[in-house]
Amino acid sequence: MDVTAIRTTGLTKRYGDFTAVDGLDLEVGFGEVFGLLGPNGAGKTTTILMLLGLTERSDGEAEVLGLDPARHPLEVKRQVGYLPDEVGFYGNLTGRQNLRFTGRLNRLERRAAEARIDELLASVGLTDAADKTVETYSRGMRQRLGLADVLIKDPRIVILDEPTAAIDPVGVLELLAVIRGLAVDRGVAVLLSSHLLPQVERICDRVGIFVRGRMVEQGTVQELAARMPSREVLVEVGVDGDPEMTRAALAAIPGVAVRDQSRLDPRVWTIAADGDRRRELVGILIAQGLPVFQVHRVGIELDALYQRYFQQAEGEAIHDAVA
Amino acid sequence: MTPSPEATSGTGALVGAVALPSIPSGGGWRIIAAKEMSDHLNGVRFLLLTIGLGLAAVASVAAASGGIRDVAPAASGAPAIFLKLFTISSDNLPALVDWIAFLGPLLGIAFGFDAVNNERTERTLPRLLSGPIWRDDVINGKFAGALAAIALILAVVVVVVAGVGIVQLGVVPQPEDILRLLAWYGVAVVYIGFWLALATLCSVFLRRAAGSALAALSVWLIAAAFSSFLVGSVADVLAPLPADATFEQQLANATMRQDLSHLFPGNIFADSAQAILDPSVRTTGLVISTQVDRAVPSVLSFDQSLLVVWPQVVGLIALTVVCFGAAYVGFMRQEVRA
Repeated sequence: MDVTAIRTTGLTKRYGDFTAVDGLDLEVGFGEVFGLLGPNGAGKTTTILMLLGLTERSDGEAEVLGLDPARHPLEVKRQVGYLPDEVGFYGNLTGRQNLRFTGRLNRLERRAAEARIDELLASVGLTDAADKTVETYSRGMRQRLGLADVLIKDPRIVILDEPTAAIDPVGVLELLAVIRGLAVDRGVAVLLSSHLLPQVERICDRVGIFVRGRMVEQGTVQELAARMPSREVLVEVGVDGDPEMTRAALAAIPGVAVRDQSRLDPRVWTIAADGDRRRELVGILIAQGLPVFQVHRVGIELDALYQRYFQQAEGEAIHDAVA
Repeated sequence: MTPSPEATSGTGALVGAVALPSIPSGGGWRIIAAKEMSDHLNGVRFLLLTIGLGLAAVASVAAASGGIRDVAPAASGAPAIFLKLFTISSDNLPALVDWIAFLGPLLGIAFGFDAVNNERTERTLPRLLSGPIWRDDVINGKFAGALAAIALILAVVVVVVAGVGIVQLGVVPQPEDILRLLAWYGVAVVYIGFWLALATLCSVFLRRAAGSALAALSVWLIAAAFSSFLVGSVADVLAPLPADATFEQQLANATMRQDLSHLFPGNIFADSAQAILDPSVRTTGLVISTQVDRAVPSVLSFDQSLLVVWPQVVGLIALTVVCFGAAYVGFMRQEVRA
């Protein structure tokens, strides 16, 4: 028997007339990072709560580690680490005390738990702050403590709800690296939800676009991008030459449109091409005597996707709220 | 039920720095209760309430011991003189049992008003519930932990009072006195438990701690200040008392008042405290003069006293259970995130 980490079939949650999650089919394997992407209010958190047995489903099937979370919540929660959106800790306790309490909830043996707490605090860079009360922590520190808190039980599945929402860009990169490492090095199944597609797409093996309770697209980032009507590829090019000449040279290439000149570094241009034309681009620029020092495909191939689903849905939500 | 080892070994080898202990399906409430209690014991609240109640207790004992000494010659040979420490009031200070009847609610409310809503404002509830515990472990554990902290405060106060009494008066408690004291202690914990349950109920339904505290305190104030007024007016409607009332009508009215007043935990507690601590109290109900005509004044044994207060104690437990039950059901039905 092969156990999938997470599998749902037709998972549905209704609150009265409102359907928060509508017939969700989802499968996440071990060692895989799955990104549940969608605008706010799409039903991501509701889905996660159903997977943990914290909310009853209205219809459909859910299996976590081969178990029904509604019927075996303890076994499921023992092995699933959950980092909630805007994670909270007891402000009157120190970071270490908070982790200790989680260890106790998970019935970890005291000495093993202490060693693990030290190790995790170090790995999230909170060793110095470990014995300060959490009310003195910044949001980013809380988020990092949250990650340590999730890992203390050595989970086989990690579910992260908007993990990058509260932290600065550098912190996001570190966090994403840790998450990726969990899946690759330790075979953990990771389900993360986010409304910030560009931030998380690069660490997700597969993503699902979740809008208004429905999964509208699912697959690898490349698959999804391929399905888009526009195959536009965004590239950042750094050229150490005369700006006007560079602009002219770039614009002269067929199928390429200059989108933007960086305000931070005027030598860096963003261009949109109808496909991945990086090699060709470098060749043309060099041939014209323009020294290229950087060519970088920007990870927003799903830009069109984002526009199509997220902004549209958010616009409608705003429209609904106004009306 | 967990997946079979064959099914998990493929990935289990990768994630296994700490051995997975088997999860007992019960006992989560104990972990939460232990945390709650340690939070309370380390908190300012506990310190303030212990000091406040301790001062009140010592003051009333000092007054009471003076009172006992005054009546001592006449009272020598009186039953259960040790317990008088707890029940005698002086001119300006109430007796210790009355202090507890009055301040007990405050104790219960102080330890319960932010039990659940604090988890919500701190956003710790989803994280807490994602641990391998049942949902009711949270509310059970919180109640148990707070009640244990309250029982500890009360025990400290009682022991201090008893100690002061023994030293000051040289009265040594008889075994029966100790039994009576323990029985009273048990009833007091249930009584304060009622207010704790009420405060917990408020904390489940009112999202802000301040609102919850105010709601619980107003119930207390209404019960304390208006109970006799409410009881009187309702009784006069249900069992009218005309100007030329017959004896039966008067009796009916008085009985009705008595029954209605036992809907209030404060009254139940005060009555049972008297009957438990004072062996000469033979009933908490009405006594008509013909019933005591030519009765020989005597004292009740401990078990007889218990029999007298048993209905009251059961009523008090029932009130507490109803209140906690409502909080429990409310908490179980709420969404984790709200």
